[in-house]
Amino acid sequence: MELLDVSLVNWSRAQFTLTAMYHWIFVPLTLGLGIIQAIMETIYYRTGDEKWKHVTKFWMTLFGVNFAIGVATGIILEFQFGTNWSNYSWFVGDIFGAPLAIEGILAFFMEATFISIMFFGWNKVSKKFHLVSTWLTILGATLSAFWILVANAWMQHPVGMEFNPDTVRNEMVSFWEILSPFALNKFLHTVWSSWIVASLFVLGVSAWFLIKKRDIDFAKKSIKVAAIFGLTASILTALSGDGSAYNVAQHQPMKLAAMEGLYDGQNGAELVAFGVLSSDKKAYNDSVDPFAFKIAFPKALSLLAYRDINAFVPGVNDIIKGGYESKTGDKLSFTEKQARGKVALQALNDYKKALAEKDTVSAASHKSTLMANYNYFGYGYLETPEETIPNVPSIFYSFHLMVILGMFFIALFSVFTFMSFKKNIILEKQNLFLWIALLSIPLGYVASQLGWIVAELGRQPWTIQDVLPLKASVSGLSVMSVKITLFLFLTLFTALLVAEVRILVKQIGKGPHEESK
Amino acid sequence: MFTYSFLQHYWWFIISLLGGILTFLLFVQGGQSMLFSLTKNEDERRILINVLGRKWEYTFTTLVTFGGAFFASFPLFYSTSFGGAYWVWMAILFCFIIQAVSYEFHSKPGNTYGKTTYQVFLFINGLLGTILIGAAVATFFTGSDFIVNKGNLTNQLAPVISQWGNEWHGLEALLNVRNWLLGLAVFFLSRTSAALYFVNRISNENLEKQSRKAVLVNALPFLVFFLSFVIWTLLAEGFAINPETGVVFMEKYKYFFNLIEMPAVLVLFLLGVVAVLWGIGGTVFNKNFKKGIWFTGVGTIVTVCSLLLLAGYNNTSYYPATPDLQSSLTIFNSSSSEFTLTAMTIVSVLIPFVLAYIFYAWRSMEKNRTDIADINSDDHAY
Repeated sequence: MELLDVSLVNWSRAQFTLTAMYHWIFVPLTLGLGIIQAIMETIYYRTGDEKWKHVTKFWMTLFGVNFAIGVATGIILEFQFGTNWSNYSWFVGDIFGAPLAIEGILAFFMEATFISIMFFGWNKVSKKFHLVSTWLTILGATLSAFWILVANAWMQHPVGMEFNPDTVRNEMVSFWEILSPFALNKFLHTVWSSWIVASLFVLGVSAWFLIKKRDIDFAKKSIKVAAIFGLTASILTALSGDGSAYNVAQHQPMKLAAMEGLYDGQNGAELVAFGVLSSDKKAYNDSVDPFAFKIAFPKALSLLAYRDINAFVPGVNDIIKGGYESKTGDKLSFTEKQARGKVALQALNDYKKALAEKDTVSAASHKSTLMANYNYFGYGYLETPEETIPNVPSIFYSFHLMVILGMFFIALFSVFTFMSFKKNIILEKQNLFLWIALLSIPLGYVASQLGWIVAELGRQPWTIQDVLPLKASVSGLSVMSVKITLFLFLTLFTALLVAEVRILVKQIGKGPHEESK
Repeated sequence: MFTYSFLQHYWWFIISLLGGILTFLLFVQGGQSMLFSLTKNEDERRILINVLGRKWEYTFTTLVTFGGAFFASFPLFYSTSFGGAYWVWMAILFCFIIQAVSYEFHSKPGNTYGKTTYQVFLFINGLLGTILIGAAVATFFTGSDFIVNKGNLTNQLAPVISQWGNEWHGLEALLNVRNWLLGLAVFFLSRTSAALYFVNRISNENLEKQSRKAVLVNALPFLVFFLSFVIWTLLAEGFAINPETGVVFMEKYKYFFNLIEMPAVLVLFLLGVVAVLWGIGGTVFNKNFKKGIWFTGVGTIVTVCSLLLLAGYNNTSYYPATPDLQSSLTIFNSSSSEFTLTAMTIVSVLIPFVLAYIFYAWRSMEKNRTDIADINSDDHAY
């Protein structure tokens, strides 16, 4: 039996990160633009105004280009749990596999069926059926997001399962628990933030048309829809973001500590609005101040995290040392958890041996020991407390930059909503705001990726929070195999991204049909 | 309500059915592999691409759902096969990644690599996608080089429970002639079905004529490879399970006995074969017969479904491990828990509704046959 190569874990992580981030370039635009084009087609359907049909078809063309590459980059993710994380797939597949299968059966087929009518059915089906198809296409895409996010939420907050020592895996005991408030909030936050990405895209592209003094009526119609949709989405994203952070505080305290750069917990903990981490801090338990500079709101973190301005918010040191009053009730130190985890691992080993020797008395005793310590099973694989600390600077900066961008988006959409409705403002003359809108297109993508960095990097070292660490999750492959496939994905996806961007730019340059300058 | 064993059998049936549907829908890939051989000019190629382009997502989605359903119902297969036969699955996935963008991108300005590149992508997907999927499924009958030891999980330094026995990680399957037989059978069947589909859908005299020829030209090697695979498999040893002890052992003529001992599967298999031949024969011998795709299509689904039932039912290991028979996967030792299978069974009640709306949508878009004028008048045409 080959010993596990630690670099295999890191290359496997790198490959999953690469493929997921590429996929996530395209999915938010699909999720948001799908709704925007459905709104535009609804306006066309209700008003009968052919100009709205041209507006719809223009955005639908861009949707189609983006959708295709979203599908292309998505298929690898469906199978990568198996190809590169086979231990994970067995250990938690009884729970994790179901949402993926449901995603295929309910969501992907709906998307695949109705997208064909949406693209090719303009002259083949009735206006009503076509409109329904457009809505069902985005419903399918959104349902797909729902199920995969339910699965991801379960990785962050694993519930509804019990460990079965006979099958050596976790098994589902409650389907409804998996559809937890954590999952629902994650779904809403992710989808609403995707609507922001699409709104920025539509706003920015439309702004370009106005800067060029082209297709003015089309651009103004698009801006109106994008501004209102974007503003709504931004506010909803902020609210659900608060919900997300609240859930993280309850169930992933180490992630919250990393998000805030909090090493030593406090009652009435402050919320860092803006900060620069100190490069002098080398270890979690040195007494160096983690911040070189910060602006903070007193007690606000306690309020947001626990809805109690005096609540104790644990820092990295507290979580490792244990012994603090915790809302989740878990006061054990890392050392204590590790010890129990090793007891659980050994007990499982002993249980299997006893069964093989048909020693039922010993088997029962070992099983009892295992189940008593199972909650810390995953800690048995860890050697040092440092392993439980995710990369604080990456998570801290990602989180804070994402929030700052979120506030900027609210401001930007507010301004454009106001300008769209104010009769004495000539939108095509607002060059400064138009350029800001155009240059803001990539910011939505950036904010969206930062959110995933917080979510996924913040969960390290766990694939399943507290249950299974990365090092026990990978497939038995050579490092070279993973390096080769990572390089192939990088090359192929980058090549396709270049093509996609160039096609989009050309399509945008062509403009909507039938519009006059 | 249902026993665990019933649920395991039910889900192996669903997997087999999905496998059959996927094989039928691989007509898209078959059509792609004939893009250059069937056509004489760019207009004809455009017709083929657009006719296939309205269906490619069904095949893709079925493949993805097949993977997801396997994960949900038989997670040990998902983890063992995908994590072990790494290179085969990666090759299949790369084939499908390049397909997914090709329809949308191939004729769009700015596509960077030119129309021909994307058409070549479609060709590669058609050629390799079918052969590799066929060869991968053949290993259900021929076996693979892996060992499963769940006890490894407690070894902190080497916790991986399924280990592949060689560095080829699945590519060694191509050294087995029987795997090639099924791979090539799937390839030629996909081309036969594509040609039948073109006869049904396309209103173009030359393309219809070429397609009818292509039916015969591809059906003959399909029959040779398919019959060779089936006969060889029926006469070969199979991987049987002792129902009392769960021990896996080699049994002569195992799949033949499965066929005889499951008369319903035998009948389905034979009916499926007859339907496939009817569709092919009708098209070859009757110039006015255009519905061949439906007979061959339904026949394909039924035949492949029955073949997969032979692999997993009647105490047979559906994913045999050649170095260690007791590591072989069966529907009993690789399935999800009773709870999960029950939950998924409730979800599966929705499948007929999904099929119904697919059927409705398919028909609403295909009232008339397609010609170049239809494509030229469609502003989203590829």
